[in-house]
Amino acid sequence: MYAFEYHRPTSIREAANLANQSEDIKFLAGGHTLLPTMKLRLASPANLIDLGQIAELRGIERSGDAIVIGAMTKHAEVANSAVVREAIPALANLAELIGDPHVRNRGTIGGSIANNDPSADYPAACLALNATIATDKRRIAADDFFQGIFTTALGEGEIITQISFPIPLRAAYAKFRHPASRYALVGVFVAQHTGGVRLAVTGAGSNGVFRIAAMEEALSRNFVAESLDGISAPMDEMNSDIHADAAYRAHLVGVMARRAVQAAARG
Amino acid sequence: MTTVSLTVNGQSVTSDVDPRTLLVQFLRENLRLTGTHVGCDTSQCGACIVHLNGQAVKACTVLAVQAHASAITTIEGIAQGGELHPMQAAFREHHGLQCGYCTPGMIMSAIDIVSRKGNALDEQTIRAELEGNLCRCTGYHNIVKAIAAGAQAMAQAPLQQAAE
Repeated sequence: MYAFEYHRPTSIREAANLANQSEDIKFLAGGHTLLPTMKLRLASPANLIDLGQIAELRGIERSGDAIVIGAMTKHAEVANSAVVREAIPALANLAELIGDPHVRNRGTIGGSIANNDPSADYPAACLALNATIATDKRRIAADDFFQGIFTTALGEGEIITQISFPIPLRAAYAKFRHPASRYALVGVFVAQHTGGVRLAVTGAGSNGVFRIAAMEEALSRNFVAESLDGISAPMDEMNSDIHADAAYRAHLVGVMARRAVQAAARG
Repeated sequence: MTTVSLTVNGQSVTSDVDPRTLLVQFLRENLRLTGTHVGCDTSQCGACIVHLNGQAVKACTVLAVQAHASAITTIEGIAQGGELHPMQAAFREHHGLQCGYCTPGMIMSAIDIVSRKGNALDEQTIRAELEGNLCRCTGYHNIVKAIAAGAQAMAQAPLQQAAE
């Protein structure tokens, strides 16, 4: 990788100031996407601001009807959190399906969301659970946050501080893992809220994570897998590559959606 | 250059490093601890696994400067007074290796599995937990046997476990 200046702030304010004062910055969270990208010289920031020493960015707590997770909280911490397991077990299950045990010891929820990889797991949870992403400047609804592959609403130098997940009535995540990379070839997160059902798909979309309104409406009327009969995923929005073509991905969306609904219904 | 201070296998180390130095590079090239291997260099194969504050991580995807103020244990740091760690002994006893390239990572991963999942490990658990470690020789069969036996042996060696 190319050389860079390294910064190690210990507060959000210090990190934000560094970002404002420096040219060509990247924030370093768990580093499990950014560092490989820098090794390949696909990214070459002049300044790397390491968020790893900022204690206020870590932690998990229940706050009223929501679970609030600090941006630098690691996947393993979410997977093993008794608080998350009790309130939103689907979210803990999702975290446990990311990468492998060693990756989960480094990778962070904030890093995953900021990167918005089209095959990442957390974006689907954020959309389906109607999460709110808090930054050092504002609060952003998940529906406004994800704006296409590797693209988010984050401005230059804006730092995700925490993610707030409203606790649903029930939810589940069904993932068809790529057998080598463990990324989602297709992943479907479904959540039943008092106001209706939200269903989000990752891995499949050519424009990143997305919701399927027709499935949500059918499931809001009756939360059983059979409600999805006759509803197919939109083919024109599907990604197509050597791992799976658009038709196969669209088929998998239907299969994973049914599995997610069945799992959520089982509790 | 950035100053990094950390503990490696119980010894304090302070060094000025180019910030882009990977932790695995720092261990191998600065400290000459060449037991930690570089296999894929893309956080897939697990040959570079070390313990960072007691957790197994892939040292090819951590910067040395990120390990500032932390405690690292490498494969060189687990034997006690010339006695193999019970997990190392189990790998030898059960022939859990052929070429040996993946072995340091396998053993560091295995000790981490025991610390999280306990000493009575079934085959299914071991195989699932090893998904971040690749071996191109053995077919994993004897590695799985070695880890099950090593986990049992660790229960009978409380002093060594405490040291780790």
